[in-house]
Amino acid sequence: MREPLVLGIETSCDETGIGIVRGRTLLSNTISSSMEQHARYGGVIPEVAARAHLEALQPAIETALAEAGSALGLDGPLPLADLDAVAVTSGPGLAGALMVGVGAAKALAVSLGTPLYAVNHLVGHIAADVLTGDRIEYPTVALLVSGGHTSLLLVRDLTTDVELLGETMDDAAGEAFDKVARILGLPYPGGPEIDRAAASGDATAIRFPRGLSRASDMAAHRYDFSFSGLKTAVARWIEQREAAGEPVPVADVAASFRDAVVDVLVTKALDACARFGVPRLLLGGGVIANRRLREVALERAAAAGVAVRIPPLSLCTDNGAMIAALAAQLITSGRAPSTLAFGADSTLPVTEIQVAGQDAGAAA
Amino acid sequence: MILGIDTSLGTSVAIIDDDGVIRAQADSTDPLGHAEVVGTLLQQVCAEVPESDELTCVAAGMGPGLFTGLRIGIAAARAFALGRGIPVVSVVSHDAIALETLLHDALTQTTDATRFAVVTDARRREDAYSVYDGLDDDGLPVRVTGPALAPRDEIDEVLAGLGARRHDARTASAAMLALVAARARAAGREIGPRDALYLRSPDVAVPSAPKRVAS
Ligand SMILES: [Zn+2]
Repeated sequence: MREPLVLGIETSCDETGIGIVRGRTLLSNTISSSMEQHARYGGVIPEVAARAHLEALQPAIETALAEAGSALGLDGPLPLADLDAVAVTSGPGLAGALMVGVGAAKALAVSLGTPLYAVNHLVGHIAADVLTGDRIEYPTVALLVSGGHTSLLLVRDLTTDVELLGETMDDAAGEAFDKVARILGLPYPGGPEIDRAAASGDATAIRFPRGLSRASDMAAHRYDFSFSGLKTAVARWIEQREAAGEPVPVADVAASFRDAVVDVLVTKALDACARFGVPRLLLGGGVIANRRLREVALERAAAAGVAVRIPPLSLCTDNGAMIAALAAQLITSGRAPSTLAFGADSTLPVTEIQVAGQDAGAAA
Repeated sequence: MILGIDTSLGTSVAIIDDDGVIRAQADSTDPLGHAEVVGTLLQQVCAEVPESDELTCVAAGMGPGLFTGLRIGIAAARAFALGRGIPVVSVVSHDAIALETLLHDALTQTTDATRFAVVTDARRREDAYSVYDGLDDDGLPVRVTGPALAPRDEIDEVLAGLGARRHDARTASAAMLALVAARARAAGREIGPRDALYLRSPDVAVPSAPKRVAS
């Protein structure tokens, strides 16, 4: 069977992502971000993001078709009529933002008469790995960290069996970086700024708390995360310094904060690998751009005998290629398209890999 | 043949011939759920018209309307048009309501005042309104004011000042939207806005300095 040619649409947060794949081969990964428009607010504003998606979609699709055309050695853009399927993120994410992509994807599929696959954004992050060339092995533990989510998953099969081990109870890790950056007077987005500030800092200077890491947390929240207490601890520490009339060592605070986040992420991920006997860890989400997180994960995983997979950064941040890749895997495994009745589900559980699959009835 | 899509109020999808004959129309009056129903309604009207592969353009209702729903129809109209390689004609949703009102009034000869205002819910204790004064030579409603917002408890006063009779609308017909587009195209006129008619900036407050945590 010829591998399916799929266009994926991703609008769950502030990136308008259009990806085109043929099976496991990436043909285009076009991302249009509204991040700059959010900078003055210090975080993603849903209405601003949704407006930006509406304006970015059509140009992004056209760019993606042009890129895919040249990747395939065609004379011009890939004709939309050549697509075997359209795929779209149904959730989780910002409802108003998701709906822009859902509306566009449905209309495009009806217009072209192609099947439509509505898929889960988080499972999409895992599917990004199939575009990296070598085959992902299952089961694997997956740690997905971004400004919108912090989730630890056990993936036994990409298309049929993904289990949520834990997630953040409050802020996402990326959000914590943004908030602490603001406390330190650094611009948005906070991740790269904290990284820069931390470069000359001493990570052991201040011992900030590790959320949900006490022995008493292990029963109910062994794989869950919490970063709001850490953010408060940083703010309190700085206030006390200021109250005492002492200068705030920004580099040390940034480095110590960053290590508190990284420590908790890596510790819980490797704990999951050990507990489930899975010697594989897949990283995904925009916060994977954080060099310190990658370093610590690689170092401690190696010591624990766990192999780490990190897709290229352009496939770690939110993108449409991962959505197309997941749909391509669903198609290849014989799954029927979604019915047209699904909506945007801002809290879509990770166990729902495909939404409104026809074998599941009209469950939308 | 023209496909019309409007989600400024409910969800309305229709296909009309260039001369205005309605070939298919499918509506959901639910003021929510646009994302859920828009695909099914599109599929339904396309299935009802065997020659729907001969569509020449897509009319998009640009609002005013409630942002979240409004965007879904515009995104759908643009994506559908892209899929067929045909243009999008942007239409002010109030213009479609006004055309329907004018055609209805002409048929029933029920009105003596020509000037009227289309009024729709804009939430936050505001209404959106546009004032119309008959049809022009191209058969298009003459919009003299708007679309604009007015506080709900002041709108009657505003409309009285403009000498316009009030016409409240809870639905906008995609067939009428497509007819506005057909008439505009026949006259070679571009009448709609390029961007969605939000009429409000994204309502956000720039956060102030971080709150102190310790007392
Ligand atoms: Zn994501």
